[in-house]
Amino acid sequence: MREALLIAGKDLRVEARSRIVLNQVAPFAVLVLVLFGFAFDASVETDALVRFTPGLFWVTVLFVALLTLQRSVAVELGDSAMSGLRLSGVSGVRIFAGKALAVIVQLLALEVLLVAGVVVFYGSRVSDILLLVLTCLLAAVGIGTAGSLYGVLAVGLGVRETLLPILLLPVLAPVLIGATKAFDDALGVAVVNGWAWLSLLAAFAVAYVVAGALSYGLVLEDM
Amino acid sequence: MSSVHEEAPVGTGSTFSRRLGLLVAVGLVAVFVLGIFLTEPDQRINPDTGEIIGQFDAVRLLYVHVPTILMAYLAFIVTAVGSFMYLRKKSMAWDILAYSAAEVGVVFTFLGLLTGSIWGRPIWNTWWQWGDVRIMTTLVMFLMYIGYLALRSVEAADPGIQARRAAIVGLIGVLNIPIVNRSVEWWPNRTIHQRSTFLEDKFDGLTFFTLMLALLVFAGLFSWLMMHRFRLGWLQHQRDTEGLDVAISARRAEAEGQFATVAVDGSVVDGSES
Repeated sequence: MREALLIAGKDLRVEARSRIVLNQVAPFAVLVLVLFGFAFDASVETDALVRFTPGLFWVTVLFVALLTLQRSVAVELGDSAMSGLRLSGVSGVRIFAGKALAVIVQLLALEVLLVAGVVVFYGSRVSDILLLVLTCLLAAVGIGTAGSLYGVLAVGLGVRETLLPILLLPVLAPVLIGATKAFDDALGVAVVNGWAWLSLLAAFAVAYVVAGALSYGLVLEDM
Repeated sequence: MSSVHEEAPVGTGSTFSRRLGLLVAVGLVAVFVLGIFLTEPDQRINPDTGEIIGQFDAVRLLYVHVPTILMAYLAFIVTAVGSFMYLRKKSMAWDILAYSAAEVGVVFTFLGLLTGSIWGRPIWNTWWQWGDVRIMTTLVMFLMYIGYLALRSVEAADPGIQARRAAIVGLIGVLNIPIVNRSVEWWPNRTIHQRSTFLEDKFDGLTFFTLMLALLVFAGLFSWLMMHRFRLGWLQHQRDTEGLDVAISARRAEAEGQFATVAVDGSVVDGSES
């Protein structure tokens, strides 16, 4: 666990110093929210935006997650950093845990920003804060683990930027569905039992923690 | 022409596959005749109101719809088995089997979605039903295997890398099958798909026979497609590795040529000068 934390810490330090997430990914996230505002013509259809906030929120999270994951993989490609990581003797499971953890932390930060964004721009109101927090957390774990696994699968094939979305987005469909339903409840825009949908998110997260732990090391072998 | 080229087959057919293909073609015609002309349309009388209800002629699509989707399941199971065996044995044959099955499976899934959509227009009054959990899970499965094909078709520096990554995705993908298959039982209120009606005794004899025959014929069709696709994949693999073999033997010949030159120049390698 300590080694996983070291790797996560390294990734987060790289991000803190390069400020790519702060200067590019975070503004992109807000930009997508603004574009949805234009697309739905928020000046006329103010209700529509509030009603569709959960879906728009999680689609934005998926887009932003793609960028974050590309970044998480890219930092290992320069200066043969991946070889260094493998030579360090840390097992594949721990490298996976560390890389995924760093992505999860970044996703959580971006989700906080986006919640603030929908409250300000779309006029959404949070009616169940605990459900909202748990949804964000479980979804981030699911996206972070599945994304780290598929992110590393697409590496080194030269077409990473185009391959990752087609591989990952269908996989993340259950997260989009579950998190949107849970947010419907948490933001009070539809009568639905959001807590029941948390179990889908939890099952997804568990499945990909296991899948990643089993196969991440295999992929690292041939980097 | 080298001997390698002379040995290479001119097609992907064999006596067996040709016979199977013929049998499948005859079977498809039989299913067509039975399904379109000989079986009864689905109509019953509502005991309460006395009006005639049922799917009428649209029910005939099920003779295609049910077998295609079951063959898609079978194909993705073959992909998973091939992927698992590749990871264990590292033999390219397993990888080619997995890839071939995924390709055939994607075609069958597409046909399943297509026939379902055509069937849904008269019965559900819509081409596409977003709320239906089985359609959604099937669509996600379809897209995931499109992703698998995309990953597998990108050339990596080493075919082993390509095969290993595809194998991991192929193994994860098979988890879709129980989800698609059980979805209508897990979320019965989120589907307008009928639940499994296979074991209920509500078909008349000829309908049941036609459905079983269709399953058999489609299983034959699946095997026939798999044979050709696998052989094609194997030929591609041979072509790729043949290039390598030719290059290696060319380098060897070159090296031997240099050796001979050295020998003629009077080195100690060839002692004939003395």
